[in-house]
Amino acid sequence: MTLATLSTSLSARFRRIPLPILAVIAILITMVLLAALAPWIAPADPSRQDLFARLKPPGFVGRSGITYWFGTDDLGRDLLSRVLYGAGVSLGVALLSVIVSTLVGVSLGMIAGWFRGWVEVVIMRLVDIMMSIPAVLLAVLTVAVLGPGFLKLVLVLGLTRWPRYTRVAYGQTLQVANLPFIKASELAGAGAARILFHHVLPNIAGPVLVVATAEFGLMILTEAGLSFLGLGIQPPTPSWGSIMSVGREYVERAWWIVLFPGLSLFFLVFSVNLLGDWLRDQLDPRSRTR
Amino acid sequence: MLRYVGERLLQAMIAIFGVLTIVFIVMHLSGDPTLLLVPQGASAEMIADLRRELGFDRPLWVQYVGYLNDLIHLDFGESVVQRVPAIDIVASRLPYTIQLAAGALTVAIGVGIPAGILMATRRGGWLDRVLTAVVVTGQSVPTFLSAILLIFVFAVTLGWLPASGIGGLSNLVMPSIALGALSMSTFARMTRISVADELSKDYVRAARARGLPMPKIIVRHVLRNASIPVISIAALEIGNLLAGAVIIETVFAWPGIGQLAIQSIQARDFLIVQVIVLLISFVYVITAVLADFIYAIVDPRIRLAR
Repeated sequence: MTLATLSTSLSARFRRIPLPILAVIAILITMVLLAALAPWIAPADPSRQDLFARLKPPGFVGRSGITYWFGTDDLGRDLLSRVLYGAGVSLGVALLSVIVSTLVGVSLGMIAGWFRGWVEVVIMRLVDIMMSIPAVLLAVLTVAVLGPGFLKLVLVLGLTRWPRYTRVAYGQTLQVANLPFIKASELAGAGAARILFHHVLPNIAGPVLVVATAEFGLMILTEAGLSFLGLGIQPPTPSWGSIMSVGREYVERAWWIVLFPGLSLFFLVFSVNLLGDWLRDQLDPRSRTR
Repeated sequence: MLRYVGERLLQAMIAIFGVLTIVFIVMHLSGDPTLLLVPQGASAEMIADLRRELGFDRPLWVQYVGYLNDLIHLDFGESVVQRVPAIDIVASRLPYTIQLAAGALTVAIGVGIPAGILMATRRGGWLDRVLTAVVVTGQSVPTFLSAILLIFVFAVTLGWLPASGIGGLSNLVMPSIALGALSMSTFARMTRISVADELSKDYVRAARARGLPMPKIIVRHVLRNASIPVISIAALEIGNLLAGAVIIETVFAWPGIGQLAIQSIQARDFLIVQVIVLLISFVYVITAVLADFIYAIVDPRIRLAR
């Protein structure tokens, strides 16, 4: 089975997409577009301060005639622009770290499931160990030791979250490895790399995709949590988590600072989670009949 | 059974050893761990003295053996910033985190499991749909957002509950709900899946054929069988709750080990952070082992399979 046949079988399965899922996909595409286009559509520079327009409510019109649709923060910066730019940070960190952990986790899982023996023991034992440290805590410790930074954050999140992918890829590889067409390919002289990449990977892609979607939502929440604690993205770069940690101090006087990034975060993660649930139901016939 | 217990304990020991190793590696990722243990603005001379005193000038493997040796003897080291054994500082904060975790677990189990049962027994109905939406919402709200919203509504606007700090039971309500919300969703989902799974089995149909009322079948037969996956989730959730306490305790100014971890990072007192990470990981490993033993007691198939 090649990637082409995988995509045709997937499209056959997904021909009827229910309306709520379409809506969710539309929300996600909109968010990605808004994040990507932030430099062009944001009404103001997200780090330009106006000390005469501090903590102004949504709809406030500034001296220069600019309307602050989401209000302003404690330094008089335009909240709408900050939320728009923050979307790119959240999505970027989450997407890149999911890619890192998928690459690491799936490779190790396929290797463990294919070669078996001591390789399998070492890798799966390492998975057990990694899973006995709460991932958030390991991320907090590592980020605190290494210091903040976009790339460091991506690496820390990616390299603390791979074990779940390994478990899934390993279990799936074990199942696929004994199928006749894999045996045939092995007899025909294909090497391990070729078999794993061309034959095993397409067959385990579905369950991996389900894990990746669920993890994507978790990554967004973790990045926001770390930035909220002051350990993730550092000011003045806007991140939803760090905007909210400022907003927490002003929640009595300026509720909008917390509300707008909070709502954006919620809608993003909610959409990702709904999509993930639906994907899982589609790919797992057992849970569909339940 | 004894053999099963032995094997499982050995696994747990390996996991704990692995955790110790990972934490050691992470602490050395910065290059020089001495810098993580001194207060900001320390002189170069003081840092050099401390490096010698703590043994960070020795070869890495010597440090590693020394580190394991200290921990085996339950010596967690002394906070350089405060000159007090790190474990004492952590222990003084621990009761607050235990209170908070217990409160959150009560919320999560008390609401999550009944909700899951309701969803499973009314599958496809409007109640199932509403609760499913609530569950997905609970999974998607970041804990710090729900915490701030709770403070805004119940403390700032209505003035029913204290906004932060410790005191009476009323101080525990909001942190418990905020921390427990995510676990509650997990419990509801798992309960729904495993109860629904059991409901489709033959013994349920047989019991109904004999005329037993549905509530009785669920309480006496289905829940017992459905409890096994839920127990394993409960074990994992205890670890997750402790980790989630880092954020919740910071928002609510709750003086537990989560707040201590963040304060210690800010004060560059990483030895305390290290002790907290080790402690929570131990709890994580130990609860997982206990859950497996409970399983084996509840379900003979597990212990006899070995």
